[in-house]
Amino acid sequence: MAEILEFHIKGGDFNLAGKASSKIKKKLIQLGVETSTIKRIVVATYEAELNVVAHAREGKLTAIFEPDSIRIIIADSGPGIEDIDLAMEAGFSTATKKVREMGFGAGMGLPNIRKNTDELEIESKVGVGTRLEMIIYY
Amino acid sequence: MKVSELIKLTEGRIAAGNPEEQINIERAFSSDLMSDVLTLDDHHIVLITGLANVQLIRTVEMADVPVVLLCRNKPATPEMVNLANEIGIVLVETHFSIFRASGVLYQNGLKPLY
Repeated sequence: MAEILEFHIKGGDFNLAGKASSKIKKKLIQLGVETSTIKRIVVATYEAELNVVAHAREGKLTAIFEPDSIRIIIADSGPGIEDIDLAMEAGFSTATKKVREMGFGAGMGLPNIRKNTDELEIESKVGVGTRLEMIIYY
Repeated sequence: MKVSELIKLTEGRIAAGNPEEQINIERAFSSDLMSDVLTLDDHHIVLITGLANVQLIRTVEMADVPVVLLCRNKPATPEMVNLANEIGIVLVETHFSIFRASGVLYQNGLKPLY
């Protein structure tokens, strides 16, 4: 049976951003997944985690470890994305000044998630929230 | 290039990790933009930066960057040091600017990523 890890992500709390991705990385190392695959997984997860922290009120991250892949679902309550195609374009960003000062918000997050995942689905409703589901094969 | 040589060349001091760490650094990347660091494909690099916050350490953890050089006397906070030690990242502080540190390390054999 697939093992599942779940995490709560608090919007706005940059000190905690990355905790979930870090725990997933440790688990993948334990499982003996190849280093370059681990990097793809944790970079995509971290980008998604940062998006929740930067834009949403809160979110839930679920990591499902299958024998040949990992499925990660990140669902948040937040502003949602008005135009997903536009948000997928490199350089498009709605990040605040605070987020940019931390070294993020350059409009590279979603394109980077797409680059590092084998399958990616994004659903979003303005004023409600966003749900990302991604799969990476080992 | 070994960490000990990098410290010597940049007149640096170790803030976290082991200065005798036997990582062989081949390439360097200078940036304050963590989004950009998350797009790097290479390993065994040193990140030369002026950004000193906890997310810097989280970013290099995810990007598999083993060594960070903090320029212009930006002090690593206790949270950064604790996290770097926990993850096993070497953190070096220098009074050099990013430009000077990059120049000195390039001159001494470190290659650029792009």
